[in-house]
Amino acid sequence: MQVATGISILNGIAIGKIRIFKAPEYKISEELVDDPIPELNRFEKARLKVQEQQHVLYEKAVASAGEDSAAIFEFHADMLDDDDLLDAVKSIIVDQKHTAEYAARQGFGNMAQMFKEMDDPYFQARSADVIDVGNAVVECLLGIDTTSLQGTEPSILVAEDLAPSQTVKLDKSLLLGIITREGSSNSHTAILARSMNLPALIQCKGIEDNWDGKLAILDGYNSCVYVEPTPDLLASLTAKQQEDRRAEALLQELKGKKNTTIDGKTIKVYANIGGPSDVGAVQANDAEGVGLFRSEFVYLNSREDPTEEEQFQAYKRVLETLAPKQVIIRTCDIGADKTIDYMHLDKEANPALGFRAVRICLSRKDFFKRQLRALLRASAYGNLGIMFPMIISLREVRECKEILAECRRELANEGVKVSDSIQVGIMVETPAAALCADELAQEVDFFSLGTNDLTQYTLAIDRQNARLEPFLDTHHPAVLREIQMTIEAGHRHGCWVGICGELGADPTLTETFLRMGVDELSVNAKSVLPLRKKIRSIDLSKPASADTQSTAPKA
Amino acid sequence: MKEFEYTITDPVGIHARPAGLLVKEVKAHADKVTITNADGKSADAKKLLALMGLGIRKGDTIKVTVEGDTEDGTADAVLKFLQENL
Repeated sequence: MQVATGISILNGIAIGKIRIFKAPEYKISEELVDDPIPELNRFEKARLKVQEQQHVLYEKAVASAGEDSAAIFEFHADMLDDDDLLDAVKSIIVDQKHTAEYAARQGFGNMAQMFKEMDDPYFQARSADVIDVGNAVVECLLGIDTTSLQGTEPSILVAEDLAPSQTVKLDKSLLLGIITREGSSNSHTAILARSMNLPALIQCKGIEDNWDGKLAILDGYNSCVYVEPTPDLLASLTAKQQEDRRAEALLQELKGKKNTTIDGKTIKVYANIGGPSDVGAVQANDAEGVGLFRSEFVYLNSREDPTEEEQFQAYKRVLETLAPKQVIIRTCDIGADKTIDYMHLDKEANPALGFRAVRICLSRKDFFKRQLRALLRASAYGNLGIMFPMIISLREVRECKEILAECRRELANEGVKVSDSIQVGIMVETPAAALCADELAQEVDFFSLGTNDLTQYTLAIDRQNARLEPFLDTHHPAVLREIQMTIEAGHRHGCWVGICGELGADPTLTETFLRMGVDELSVNAKSVLPLRKKIRSIDLSKPASADTQSTAPKA
Repeated sequence: MKEFEYTITDPVGIHARPAGLLVKEVKAHADKVTITNADGKSADAKKLLALMGLGIRKGDTIKVTVEGDTEDGTADAVLKFLQENL
């Protein structure tokens, strides 16, 4: 097995034989013609054909890569309407009696030279565009069919570089992936690969001619290509590729669609994330927002207590990228199974029932205020929700809100901009919170049910303890009743209620939760679309299906 | 003849995309529109490559000259285009 690395353009996997793609050589006659009229006509026909190709590519690229990426093809098409360029080519035909292909190469070449001599790198780079369009015209005139260079079986194309006009003529059904030695991530190859949703590797310096015909895996996730891969690697990456395809199919089917049941009830499906690096997954899976952003990463990834500024930058990045989507950030939930050296927490006999989350924050007010100030500052850059974890009492909620208000006043005095539409909510993850939901709902905008802890505390079962497995019923009626009580109490006081624990992603409970009136489900990003599919298959106007779980005690 | 000056604020200058749009805008008018860069080099604004050949970048002040029967309206339209796109 041989491995070569490059820069990956798309997180995807291509598996197939390699085809080395060499740019065609042009044989252009320098002989003169007697009658220039047929040559003018040939040039005109080729010009229109290439222009049409550029329009087609533009449309393709707009649809999948956006207008900005596609703009270069519009420039190519416009170039073929440029009077100076056309006059130059035509005069070589008419005055010098050259063939259309000779005139095109010459005319476009001269124009490219003009750009090449400019000072600014942006304008210099346009000379490649002029050459590319010129080549497309020449190929059209010479009847060079670049598709024959592609071979007849689906393959991963390996080339020094690929110009868009070359690429546009490739048969997409035979194209598994692209690897080039040259190019930048803003190059045409890259734009094109993105627009075609093709795995691609650029600046892959390890390309070898003897790869031709060999089996290879282009692994876009790891920015490398494996030539003649081991059977184990082939098996595992084939499985990954299939998983991608299933996700892609689901995305194509459901992207932009609402989470609406057959009878018309719509809820929100959000994603849970653990840090700024997960933002891509939120977008790729078309989540409507983030229902649980675990802020622990800022504490766990740091050797010392993170500063307000560090936290602000991290929150801002996520909010800004996802705006106007709502992003609900849960305040520090350290303690229990998540401990940190610099926080100097005592070892406890019973950490799950110990000094954790909001209990630490309310005891260490300066520490808490650093996070709240960072959150408030970041709120100006997007649509923020703040959520307090491990709440058991009204007093705690009020205290958290008071400290938040204090931070807001401080920032206002400092002249720092803070959003005035931040939603504030709590995690309902203790039986105490579920039982007091009526009172708590009057203090907050939303509840988010943390079903993992709620289950553990309600059933008195340590979820880390494998011996308790036979006793654990994740659909226990006690937990389901707490969920129902919480939803009803929230709605009595105008507070929306979501579920951000693992149960939220359990498709066998989706109908149950919808019938209870849940407003939002926040799940790991990969579950967003499967859940959307499930919701869209449910009809609440019909009698409850066998899927619906009862909150009645089980025998 | 109408003449005015404009300073480019677009970070890349008159790059391919706005140049293409500008050409389309100008082609919609019968008048002759000429753009002159800071070095005194001019180009017909109906010609894409010549226009790009001026190499106009951010911060450059260009002179726009409009000649024709409807030059007032055309000058207004070109200025508006520049303000919105460049």
